[in-house]
Amino acid sequence: MGLTLSEQIISHAAGREVHAGDLVVVPVDCAMGVDSITPSIIDVMRNELGVERVFDPDKIAIIIDHVAPAVNIATANAQAKVRRFAMEQGIRHFYDVGRGVCHQVMIEEGLAGPGQIVIGSDSHSTSYGAVGAFGCGMGATDIALAWATGHTWLKVPETICIRARGDFSAGVTAKDLTLWVEQALGADGATYRAVEYHGVDMLSLASRQTLACMTTELGAKAGIIPPSGEVAERFRVPEWLKVDPGARYERVVEVDLNSLVPLVAVSPRVDDVRPAAELGHVRVDQVFIGTCTNGRLEDLRIAARILRGRRVAPGVRMLVVPASSQVLMDAMADGTLAVLLEAGATIGTPGCGPCIGRHMGVLGDGEVVISTANRNFRGRMGSPNAEIYLGSPATAAASAVTGRITDPREFL
Amino acid sequence: MARVWLFGEDVDTDQIVPGRYAPYMTSEEELPKHAFIEARPEFAREVRPGDIIVAGANFGCGSSREYAPKALKLCGIGAIIAPSFARIFFRNALNLGIPLFEADLTGVLRDGQEVTLDMERYVVVTDAGQEYPLKPPPDFVREIWEAGSTVAYFRRYGRLPGQRTGEQGGE
Repeated sequence: MGLTLSEQIISHAAGREVHAGDLVVVPVDCAMGVDSITPSIIDVMRNELGVERVFDPDKIAIIIDHVAPAVNIATANAQAKVRRFAMEQGIRHFYDVGRGVCHQVMIEEGLAGPGQIVIGSDSHSTSYGAVGAFGCGMGATDIALAWATGHTWLKVPETICIRARGDFSAGVTAKDLTLWVEQALGADGATYRAVEYHGVDMLSLASRQTLACMTTELGAKAGIIPPSGEVAERFRVPEWLKVDPGARYERVVEVDLNSLVPLVAVSPRVDDVRPAAELGHVRVDQVFIGTCTNGRLEDLRIAARILRGRRVAPGVRMLVVPASSQVLMDAMADGTLAVLLEAGATIGTPGCGPCIGRHMGVLGDGEVVISTANRNFRGRMGSPNAEIYLGSPATAAASAVTGRITDPREFL
Repeated sequence: MARVWLFGEDVDTDQIVPGRYAPYMTSEEELPKHAFIEARPEFAREVRPGDIIVAGANFGCGSSREYAPKALKLCGIGAIIAPSFARIFFRNALNLGIPLFEADLTGVLRDGQEVTLDMERYVVVTDAGQEYPLKPPPDFVREIWEAGSTVAYFRRYGRLPGQRTGEQGGE
């Protein structure tokens, strides 16, 4: 019987062949905590489980990204507690303010790899599927148990296969594909399931990160892209990890990439998706390019292509938050940053930025943002009366120029 | 008797506890006061221990924040009944020992209605005597509820849910 990529990875970790529906306990290759949740993880591990030392400091990563730098005394104190813990436990993979969004840092630092099981205290830990890992988001108790024991329990998921053919036309990106899939499956269309993307071998690692990250917004447990292209060149892919023609998928969704157009998710539902060209009546107050979904060099570059020689519209503020310090340095080296600054954008500390509505661009009553992030829930970025539209970096940049939601193909 | 708190579909974690009200941003002690602070401001004031949430599909979608179900637990919520739950919320609530049942009772129960949740027979009984059966949980879920939480389960049995006795987790 053929196995899906999730079944292959979990079977390998469990040391026996397992199938969708099986309940298993597996060792984790890495368990990641972020600043906002790690204080609770420490409390559960020490005070509730009564465990003083983590099982293996080298299989733990801690990243300060959600509120970085600290915004008030409570967060500053919490971050100090996290730093002290990392030091005491000898955790080498500790990344402080400014290193970047956890999921970007994990991949840059090689802490998620093909065939591995990597769990994180952030829901978008599905991102590790970009390199062929089983990446899964969990809460404080599960991460605390993993830090204490090195293991986690999983129910092996069924898999939905997204089978793409063709290639994107100009101005259409991986983000638009994810929004098309949102519309096709719905915001809970893959709950408890894994998603596999087939037919996307031409995509860069960065674009694969966008695909894998956004499977969380389908409710998915993991979102895996079979390693190929840039990923196969940069990572060691175990021989046993490959698409099995006999694998059983719960559902296969076909998509013709050539037919896709720039898309936007309308406030407040990520699965309420329309062509950007139909939303020209929506005026924006803020444009945000960044996050684990779309804050990488290729995202900043396509924005710069549109903004070169143009200006952000009067009355609009444009925030760019690179996904990591590496992205920031690369964007500085190749001139991307200068183009964005000349156009009137401002640059924030690498990290989650205003995505979660805690700092660095909180929205006021009635304000409208177009964001390259992953969620547009009511109240997520600030006022419950603000509106969040989600699109690609190209769509966000084009909207910055006109001050209203704009199809980026007008500028390409 | 328990009061029914009725909610619609896709109740996300930002509605349960907005990110700005995370214990990380404020304090652990204030957490229960922030349950549904914007979506339903009277909730935290009026909820009583044992009350149940009855909601539409995909309850708890969004963030991995365990403090969302924790806020509900600290408010004394006795169970949540919805046709489906987002997976991380399901796991977090299970870990905290909050009973979740997959059933759609949004069309038959009213907000504010008094009901009894019978955890022996897995049935909701209304003030009018009408009964709605719930699906009994799998054994490992029932064992976590009985222990009180996954941490308590781990302390009692020395293993993770799903791990067979004597199995060292695949290694």
